[in-house]
Amino acid sequence: MITATDISVGYGGKLVIESAGLQAGSGEVVGLIGPNGSGKSTLLRTLYAALKPTAGLVLVDERPVTELRGNELARRIAVVAQETPTELPVSVAEMVLLGRAPHRKALAAMSREDHRAVASALARVGARHLADRRYSTLSGGEKQRVLVARTLAQQAEHLLLDEPTNHLDIRYQHELLRMVGELGTTTVVVLHDLNLAARYCSKLVLLANGGIIAAGTPHQVLAPELLLQVYGIHAQPVLVDGILQLVFSLADEPELQHSGSPVPG
Amino acid sequence: MTPLDSAVRAHREPLAGSGDDLDHDRRARHAWLWICALLSVLLVSVPVAVGLGPVAIEPGTVLQILKAHLSGAADSGAFSASDESIVLLLRVPRVLLGAAVGAGLALAGVALQALTRNILAEPYLLGVTSGASTLSAASILFGAAAGIGTASLAASAFAGALAAGIFVYLLARIGSEMTSTRLVLAGVSVGYVLHALTSLLIFASDDPNAGRSVLFWTLGSLAQATGQSVMITWVVVLGTATLLAYWSRPLDALAIGDGTAQALGIAPAKLRASVMVVTAVCVGALVASSGGIGFVGLVIPHVARLCVGSTHRILIPVAALLGAVFLVWADVLARTAMAPQELPLGIVTALLGAPLLFALVRKLNAAQ
Repeated sequence: MITATDISVGYGGKLVIESAGLQAGSGEVVGLIGPNGSGKSTLLRTLYAALKPTAGLVLVDERPVTELRGNELARRIAVVAQETPTELPVSVAEMVLLGRAPHRKALAAMSREDHRAVASALARVGARHLADRRYSTLSGGEKQRVLVARTLAQQAEHLLLDEPTNHLDIRYQHELLRMVGELGTTTVVVLHDLNLAARYCSKLVLLANGGIIAAGTPHQVLAPELLLQVYGIHAQPVLVDGILQLVFSLADEPELQHSGSPVPG
Repeated sequence: MTPLDSAVRAHREPLAGSGDDLDHDRRARHAWLWICALLSVLLVSVPVAVGLGPVAIEPGTVLQILKAHLSGAADSGAFSASDESIVLLLRVPRVLLGAAVGAGLALAGVALQALTRNILAEPYLLGVTSGASTLSAASILFGAAAGIGTASLAASAFAGALAAGIFVYLLARIGSEMTSTRLVLAGVSVGYVLHALTSLLIFASDDPNAGRSVLFWTLGSLAQATGQSVMITWVVVLGTATLLAYWSRPLDALAIGDGTAQALGIAPAKLRASVMVVTAVCVGALVASSGGIGFVGLVIPHVARLCVGSTHRILIPVAALLGAVFLVWADVLARTAMAPQELPLGIVTALLGAPLLFALVRKLNAAQ
């Protein structure tokens, strides 16, 4: 369980996040949504203590995250962060083995268990055959799957993902988020695509200008009046086979005719 | 058990139960094979290299001389006194210094490439060689009257190297946290300024020997090896290797990126600062004892990565051993290729290293 309360983050006197909070219960998938620059990634970074908030408290399983040191933190929380690619050649196996680092002592060799965990994690994301490829030669979708495999090898109960569907083909976007949902970990995921958020998150938190606008179920948070206020776009909710999806139109366009049934109430 | 619990269990359990271990035995064997092979090559190279030079001495004779020296036995008459003094006073310190300097340069290269995530990073990126040559040029030109000897010349080179390293570090973190790009920028600009200063000093001086002495710091040489400099260099290099090996796991993460490091509970800025200080001290000591020998720290880490991959726990010993073997043999070439004239070592390492670098570039591109 992750609980963040009254988080404020400031850079040089300017507040980027102002008293924001969120709660992710055990096994829940919470989506962080909001326009560019609304503070989604910043808030996410405070959850694994990569960023120290100027005020507020983050609890991971009822313990302040700032009290968790190095390996202990990494054994509880696994992260898929946005990263500029390195120039150094790194193999896929080495990339996933990084997830085993928090489980090893400083000078200890990689054990058979470590390698088993890596093989199994790669197999689960359908990337076992890529083990000896160079990471930089993979496609965007393969890279994201390898990074998720690293979090699996890390065997943490909490998972934080920063826009994991970036640069992915539509099919991989859905595969990845479905897989994340099936893991059973307590997950917080930053997403740009509101339809993906509606479909795969049990709870959503909507941010704008560093503050929380709304939090709750996708039905509550993806309300047209809220989206118009935050994103400046008209959203028409439709239910397709019981799944909430949004059809967008700009303010100066005529309303789109849609074939799905409108959401009641 | 709730469905949620079983999902969480399913997430953790299959990792232990599966039979696929990614060929664990082959991977472990592969790393050890490289380390053992390189160690053997180094152990054979040292006595052979001691025998090679303008005056060639059989490896067997070298071993006899060493054995007699180490056991303190009286002259058995199996070798001449001149051979003995060449081996003990000239060659052994020189070869041992070469092994230590080669290992140290390779270690510094591995560390700096991981810090900056830049494949062109090398020990002299921090401006330390330029710092050493500037300060030693200054002390040759202005300190000659004060009777500065080789020992204090080495000391001023070390001081110059360290000062430059610290200055680059401070420059890179002015105003905000140090990033890889800022470090590279600071190192390159400080290096150019110091280089210009050195040239200015030589240009302004009337001493015809000054230029030649400064060449030593810019091209490097193992000819000044003494028992003391060998000892100090070995201690510094072994210390550096131990510390870097201790940091091998965080270095793995840092080589991928700051975000990855933070995600694994590592503070990247703190680690980068510690590794920088250790590297600056190490390179400072290397430059003080042997000048600025180029290409070793740039090329050897890449060769080592091709052999054993990028996991620093294995990469560190393999790169150190490769660097040691490489420099011992490069120095053999330096003193035999145009004997009795001796080539500056930096010229040999550049001539050997540059084609290696081309081959690596081709290899890296082919794998893309």
